[in-house]
Amino acid sequence: MQYMLMCCIDEALWNGLPDAERDAVMNDYNALIQEMVTSGHYRGGARLQSVDSATTLREQNGKVVTLDGPFAESREQLGGFHVVECRDLDEALGLARRIPPLRVGGSVEVRPVDPAYRL
Amino acid sequence: MTLDDLYRREYGRVLASLIRRFGQFELAEDAVQAAFEAAMVQWPAQGWPPNPTSWLISTARHKVVDQLRHQQMRERKGDELRQHLELMLECDLEAEPLDSLRLIFACCHPALARPAQVALTLHTLGGLRTEEIARAFMVPVPTLAQRLVRAKAKIRDAGIPFEVPDDTALGERLESVLAVIYLIFNEGYAASFGDDWVRGDLCAEAIRLGRMLVRLLPAEREARGLLALMLMHHSRRDTRTDEAGDIVLLEEQDRTRWNVDEIEEGSAHIEVALRGSPLGTYAVQAAIAALHAQAATPAETDWRRIAALYSLLYALQPTPVVALNRAVAIAMADGLEAGLEQLENIHLPNYHLLPATRADLLRRLGRLDEAAVHYREALKLVTHDAERRFLECRLREVMANAADVDLPLAGSKEG
Repeated sequence: MQYMLMCCIDEALWNGLPDAERDAVMNDYNALIQEMVTSGHYRGGARLQSVDSATTLREQNGKVVTLDGPFAESREQLGGFHVVECRDLDEALGLARRIPPLRVGGSVEVRPVDPAYRL
Repeated sequence: MTLDDLYRREYGRVLASLIRRFGQFELAEDAVQAAFEAAMVQWPAQGWPPNPTSWLISTARHKVVDQLRHQQMRERKGDELRQHLELMLECDLEAEPLDSLRLIFACCHPALARPAQVALTLHTLGGLRTEEIARAFMVPVPTLAQRLVRAKAKIRDAGIPFEVPDDTALGERLESVLAVIYLIFNEGYAASFGDDWVRGDLCAEAIRLGRMLVRLLPAEREARGLLALMLMHHSRRDTRTDEAGDIVLLEEQDRTRWNVDEIEEGSAHIEVALRGSPLGTYAVQAAIAALHAQAATPAETDWRRIAALYSLLYALQPTPVVALNRAVAIAMADGLEAGLEQLENIHLPNYHLLPATRADLLRRLGRLDEAAVHYREALKLVTHDAERRFLECRLREVMANAADVDLPLAGSKEG
């Protein structure tokens, strides 16, 4: 099965971290991704630019309008995502729990990919 | 044994075996149901088969294969699958003990919410019907049914594995399994003040699951600790209320009616559970319960050791409820004032047992006016009928006695 690991963090919190800590997290992050590629789990993913750069489309009164920002209710923002091929949820959770931003307050949502739309 | 007993005992095992084979929860459930229905028709007429469980598994397996075959026909798929299915039917007719373990780990997977874990465990391993579980947990039937449907869909769609977790994850995952079993037990135990048999049944079911877990994971000491804890509580079950359904306190219970077999079985598990470190919270709680159960009279209760064990428990699990129990033990071991002092540092707003405990210690100290104040406080918070009646009775008692004895004292206080 394929799972999407959606990595979220409060951007203000992330930007407030000391440079050295952010670098350490990202180094570990790259190492983990390399490992997932090598082990054959990795199907793709990306880190996203900050929500400041986001544009949201929404239909209002039958017209699609373009809006600045995501206007997310939650304090956490999607910072990046990965799609991994795993035997079952436990294997996916095993990978997800190693995602480094977890240790600085981030969260990871794990969702199975609809088999008809596999990557 | 009746077919009903067999259903209760074997439903989970038969289901687990089919889920392992075919991986589809709902298909397996329908087939097991159909197999039991077939048994209900055939066995009374033709006699019981020599190995009823094998009969049920093989019948259920044929039903699954029939189902899959029909599906294949509709989808016009070829012989390959048919051959595959025939092969499946040929081997491995026994239920593997590990299947039950796999099933309980799937049902209690942390990706499911706790109420769903509980419902699914009772439904699949306990063979309880949706209505029975709904009644036991006082949830509307449609809500419970919906909960089960959603949980099964999540197992399928999220790919929750039908597997015993490996060693690295076992500890954490076992915790969730134990919590579910204990929740089932407590739901039945707290309710046994009333006389709703379905809820009383939950205790028996939880103990059955606990025994199964110990049998299948003999090296897991906390599983033994939990089983021991449940057995210790359960051994006193019949003496906790009188004929009118009113609460009988531990110190007033008829100890000759405690279940000796359960106390012995529990004590044996505690010994194993306490061997080695780290100590688990269930094992420590069981050890406390055992000290109560093993005292021949209330006066012989080893409150010193109980207080020490509560301190140990508090170190492992620093919750206000543990602190409250520890305060009671300290009161009994070191004097009532020492216990009262402990209560000062506990914050448990809206929990009736805090003012009730304070009231009880004050009552024992003869400070009856103060006791009455706290009994009234507790009565504002209590929700359980039997507990309310108990507190009301105590309040009347201290008020009557306070009127007799304490009036001059009250007068002198003002003077």
